[in-house]
Amino acid sequence: MELNAKIPDGPIERKWAHHIDELRLVGPRNRPHYRIIVVGTGLAGASAASSMAAMGYQVDCFCFQDSPRRAHSIAAQGGINAAKNYRNDGDSVYRLFYDTQKGGDFRSREANVWRLAELSTAIIDQAVAQGVPFAREYGGGLANRSFGGVLVERTFYCRGETGQQLLLGANSALAKEIGAGHVTMHARTEMLDIVVVDGRTRGIVVRDLVTGKISSHAADAVVLATGGYTNVFNLSTNARGCNVTATWRAHKRGAGFANPCYVQIHPTGIPAAGEHQSKLTLMSESLRNDARIWVPKQKGDKRAPGDIPEDERYYYLEERYPRFGNLVPRDVASRNAKDVCDSGMGVGPTGFGVYLEFRDAIAEKGLDVIQSRYANIFDMYNRITAEDPRKQPMRIYPAPHYAMGGLWVDYDLMTTLPGLFAIGEANFSDHGANRLGASSMMQCLADGYFVIPITIGDYLSRHPTGEIGTDHSAFRDVERDVKGRTERLLGTTGTKSVDTFHRELGKIMMNECGITRNEAGLKDALEKIPELRDRFWKEIRVPGSGEEFNQSLEHAGRLADFLEFAELMCHDALDRDESCGCHFREEHQTEDGETQRNDEDFANVSVWEHQGVGQAPVLHKEPLEFEALPLAQRNYKT
Amino acid sequence: MKFTLNIWCQADGESRGDFVRHEVDDISPDTSFLEMLDILNENLTEANGDPVAFDSDCREGICGMCSLVINGEAHGPQRATTTCQLYMRQFEDGATITVEPWRSRAFPVVRDLAVDRSAFDRIMRAGGYVTVHSGPKPDPNDFPINPERTETAIDAATCIGCGACVAACPNGAAMLYTAAKVSHLAMLPAGQPERYERVQRMAAQMQKEGFGSCRNYGECEAQCPKAISIGFIGRMNRDLLRATVVEPIDVRGDMETQ
Repeated sequence: MELNAKIPDGPIERKWAHHIDELRLVGPRNRPHYRIIVVGTGLAGASAASSMAAMGYQVDCFCFQDSPRRAHSIAAQGGINAAKNYRNDGDSVYRLFYDTQKGGDFRSREANVWRLAELSTAIIDQAVAQGVPFAREYGGGLANRSFGGVLVERTFYCRGETGQQLLLGANSALAKEIGAGHVTMHARTEMLDIVVVDGRTRGIVVRDLVTGKISSHAADAVVLATGGYTNVFNLSTNARGCNVTATWRAHKRGAGFANPCYVQIHPTGIPAAGEHQSKLTLMSESLRNDARIWVPKQKGDKRAPGDIPEDERYYYLEERYPRFGNLVPRDVASRNAKDVCDSGMGVGPTGFGVYLEFRDAIAEKGLDVIQSRYANIFDMYNRITAEDPRKQPMRIYPAPHYAMGGLWVDYDLMTTLPGLFAIGEANFSDHGANRLGASSMMQCLADGYFVIPITIGDYLSRHPTGEIGTDHSAFRDVERDVKGRTERLLGTTGTKSVDTFHRELGKIMMNECGITRNEAGLKDALEKIPELRDRFWKEIRVPGSGEEFNQSLEHAGRLADFLEFAELMCHDALDRDESCGCHFREEHQTEDGETQRNDEDFANVSVWEHQGVGQAPVLHKEPLEFEALPLAQRNYKT
Repeated sequence: MKFTLNIWCQADGESRGDFVRHEVDDISPDTSFLEMLDILNENLTEANGDPVAFDSDCREGICGMCSLVINGEAHGPQRATTTCQLYMRQFEDGATITVEPWRSRAFPVVRDLAVDRSAFDRIMRAGGYVTVHSGPKPDPNDFPINPERTETAIDAATCIGCGACVAACPNGAAMLYTAAKVSHLAMLPAGQPERYERVQRMAAQMQKEGFGSCRNYGECEAQCPKAISIGFIGRMNRDLLRATVVEPIDVRGDMETQ
């Protein structure tokens, strides 16, 4: 597997502009001859599909939900970063680049991060032009707030539903192109494999989730915008349907998978309450702007939070990190929460929770101001827990949230399989070992609106259109594989539900490959996962048939892929014998319990090549170079 | 807690459906309504039965995929709450609960409790957008917007497209949905150039999809999980009326003959 990142020459601030000048383009008259498949309709997929269709390409777009508007980007609450410097508080493209590189603990590709920071401002302009109703100040200008890990206010937001508003913007653009006939939309359709002929990606095989029909779609290029794999933990902030299937099956066909062990555990989820809980609900990180996080100093203190006097409260983030306080990056906040709970100071029925309290902010700024910022989040918390955060502290605990790892892509966002592109959370490139708050939507939209529509032309222009259609025998072969897998799932003769196994996998992954990891635990997980996979195939029961709307079958197929993928994740976590960002190996920490990087051996992207299920994958390394911002130890204390 | 469930079961859009009775036991009050159905489905699967099909995805009240009529009310008894955010503590122990899919001619049943809401997407495709390319733009702060106006626009834009308004309406009207979408863009500078064409096209598509007409019952607002005000329907009607004077477009070709 050859890894050529194709990073353009020149000074970092000129790389993207220079690259655009050098890329080959497809002319407006030729674009309608090219067909592009986009899988996924979240921020990345919808923005890419609509922008490419508006340029004149023919686009086929797929999503497993009943409508493209329901993709899980919709649930992003807090906001989106942009280096607009409206506040004149010292922000700049360089500062956003710097914060993102540092936040990612120097494990992302510098040139990509710079491009992301550079494009950030155009995203806001684009969204406003589409009618996205960002919060405004009294004078009518756009409002900002600050987010974890930064010292400026650069986050744009729409109440606590920024993701929904940005996605509705992107989806309205997509709706326009569907209405105009430039995009053919295939909702309730799941991608189950890709078709590669002579080393180039030629199309995909999908299952119609309503009728069960398996069919092929050919194209000149395929773009995967299929999100992250955090549901490998079963309990996560992802939607129930989020899955690794598209990227995993692309990986099995030859696409390199980069840094799968990097998963962000978000510090502010609502603690799990019971065995049958189906997901963890996130409370936006923006809450940390106004709330103070604490636990009782006394272990096992059962008093109501209001009865605990000030000097018996441990505001552990403020004490341990005086400069950033409650706004330390997500991984630092998560690890500290685990740390205080592991040492017995946790609150709530399970002891795995910490308080997040608005009392002081309400006293200082007034209930109205706080309400205007967080009302819908307060209401959501109240519905779930029957407790009112206006009157008593919220309880929070870290929840698996975002996958920084993903398919390896070059600067043009193409994977190691020519003609297969990956954008948004599905790729690996911009967030390193930890993603800063309010930058996921920024990356999805930068990729979709501004990068892929240009870079895909360079690939397309080098190849004639429509060379291979679905009548090619390769499509028959892949269809046969897909049908075989479906039949195998339906042919299982056990008695257990799919959920039983998803819960078991989640427990293994959370314990051994979660907030902290160690060698013994990871080795143990690598023993347990293949055993669990064997039991899954022997003991599950998948009711119904393949020729109907069959949700058990959908879930079983996705879990079967997670059971293979989980092993790769543990291999990667075991191989990366250092701590960086969210990847905290207990063996490598400073005296203060901070991450201890090993730049000598691990300043690289780990890219894995599939060798067969149950076989050890082969590791390739893309070295990371640091020119614009030299390597430095991450420090949020002083 | 223990519940008796009367659940609508229907193999597909063509078949006849009926209520099937199920029992669930040992349910914690902190279980969500959909988690309770998950438990039922696990029990059914392990007892060699067929699970009940229902739509859900985000399970945090924002994607709009869940869609159950519970005891006759869209999304159940709690105000301003989606089914996925409804918890069993809202029900009496031992209660009998009736669960049905959205009821509307424009939303055909896919299976059991899952319905086809693509009519909503087609309304959006008819005009629910601003025509704009992803090239350079003026700076957004060149066009200040009164923050209260923005807040009202978000009150409309907060619609999650679940379809509860249609399910709640005795006439099966989609006026609240369409009005929310129309009003969101009509209140912002970006939406002005296409404002009057948009409202006519979207309203015409809404009729074409077979939704009923609005009779001001107000059930849509009462059962909307985002508590969207029927004031927006008035706003859309004003725009529609003005449009027929200011910029009338011929949408007759799109309408069915009477």
